[in-house]
Amino acid sequence: MEETTLNNDIHVKLTEKFGEKVTAVSEPYGLLTFVTYKDVIINVLSHLKEELKFNFLTDITAVHYPGKDHGIAVVYHLHNMVEKVRIRIKVFISEQNPTIPTATTVWKGANWMERETYDLFGVKFEGHPDLRRILNMDDLGVHPMLKQYPLEDPNRVDKKDEFFGR
Amino acid sequence: MNHNHPVFTDNDPQSELVTLNLGPTHPATHGVFQNVLQLDGERIVSGVSTIGYIHRAFEKIAEHRPFYQITPLTDRLNYCSSPINNMGWHMTVEKLLNIQMPKRVDYLRVIIMELSRISDHIICNTIIGQDTGATTTFLYLFQFREHIYEIFEEVCGARLTTNIGRIGGFERDFNDIAFAKIDKFLKEFPKALKEFENLLTRNRIFIDRTAGVAEVTKEAALEYSWTGPLLRATGVDYDVRVSDPYSSYQDFDFEVPVGTSGDIYDRYLVRNEEMWQSVRIIEQALVKLKTEPKGIFHADVPEFYLPPKQEVYNNMEALIYHFKIVMGEIDAPKAEVYHAVEGGNGELGFYLINDGGRTPYRLHFRRPSFVNYQMFAPMSEGMLLSDAIINMSSMNIIAGELDA
Repeated sequence: MEETTLNNDIHVKLTEKFGEKVTAVSEPYGLLTFVTYKDVIINVLSHLKEELKFNFLTDITAVHYPGKDHGIAVVYHLHNMVEKVRIRIKVFISEQNPTIPTATTVWKGANWMERETYDLFGVKFEGHPDLRRILNMDDLGVHPMLKQYPLEDPNRVDKKDEFFGR
Repeated sequence: MNHNHPVFTDNDPQSELVTLNLGPTHPATHGVFQNVLQLDGERIVSGVSTIGYIHRAFEKIAEHRPFYQITPLTDRLNYCSSPINNMGWHMTVEKLLNIQMPKRVDYLRVIIMELSRISDHIICNTIIGQDTGATTTFLYLFQFREHIYEIFEEVCGARLTTNIGRIGGFERDFNDIAFAKIDKFLKEFPKALKEFENLLTRNRIFIDRTAGVAEVTKEAALEYSWTGPLLRATGVDYDVRVSDPYSSYQDFDFEVPVGTSGDIYDRYLVRNEEMWQSVRIIEQALVKLKTEPKGIFHADVPEFYLPPKQEVYNNMEALIYHFKIVMGEIDAPKAEVYHAVEGGNGELGFYLINDGGRTPYRLHFRRPSFVNYQMFAPMSEGMLLSDAIINMSSMNIIAGELDA
């Protein structure tokens, strides 16, 4: 209950500052989640860091939703250690041109998180000081977490969903 | 071949710097780490870390496994404290499914998680001793890791990659031998830990090698998203067990030790104190267990908790539930959830997106070793090579967790 009012406060403050750039606000399992856009993401992050005490960058990752207009979601988890609140920010970017400004200008710790996201999803973080692959070998050629790359032999039939009524 | 690495070897004949490939398999680094260092004498001028040597694509594999089959993957993240990873994953799924654990299960989990924390810290602290030249401490305290593994063996049958527990609780109750072994451990370990501290904490050589080496400020640690004992050694009292309690940690009375300067000595002290606090927590948990009804080791959620095999053969409902769980057909809400636990090295987070399919749509591990390690190369600049080695051991970077 207490958390919800706190989340409301944050939501109100963000809407005051960024207006319609803060959309799709929800609260799954008490974690305030919203979607914003790549032209304001760095402003949103630094505003959260400087003004709303979200001093800690927990995580950066991405999710691939193939076939959508903006098929790659870059997901940031921030943490306000003083008031013990977490927040999740998503930015949907296009699959064809997956670029987003780097968060290394706000937190130095974003460096490797963004390199991992680039390695696995091919998201190009503009302005990143050292955007190279980090986990996979350099000549892999693909970004393996994208959904079009199957894990196993695609000819296997024993795991097809249609046999289970889906 | 398309290599986009920076130049590894200095080709300039006039250069006075020496290029040293520290790793990927170097006897002084415990695990598969490569650091290409430019040395001026024994001072490190610059360094480049290369990781990913044991990358096993767990996040991709997890997208093709039902929930219960992901537990063995988490074993292999931080394999020095697998039970914490296992239970972190179980709690993530339980959060998604809105399952409430009985208190007894919570306390049993706390016992196992704190034992893992002790075993994790034993490894780190004894290895700092080993790398500064004190092999005795390593050999002496390491036998207690063996005793902890014997407890795990009694509870789940495995030692290192434990796959301990199930979604919804434990697969079986702790037997009397397990409790007897825990009691024995609690009796013997504090004495040995005290002796270990006597050997190192006020040891002149040890202090000279560690105090004031690799100091990190609070601000830098937060800037680089450090968590766990490393962050606490710099003076930030952030512990997931306290700030975001899970598994009934709010019922326990324990302290979060913090350091002041963030140097190797402080990290050593913080980890030692955490072992004392873990012992305290386990003692409290054993007392609390006495007041809980006996024999409860899982939540009453037949649709999510694997039934015993005998029932599967003899009972229709159990057979149906068993089939649904094994085939990944459980009725999980379409939602996304982030759950964090305090692992041996810091905040271990699970970001799970479920779309109602048989497997997670996306599972991301927020691995503390990965996040902590990125500061290693920048902070090594200007350091002596021998100091960088103990700096790495004091960061307790576990290759499995680093590369996932």
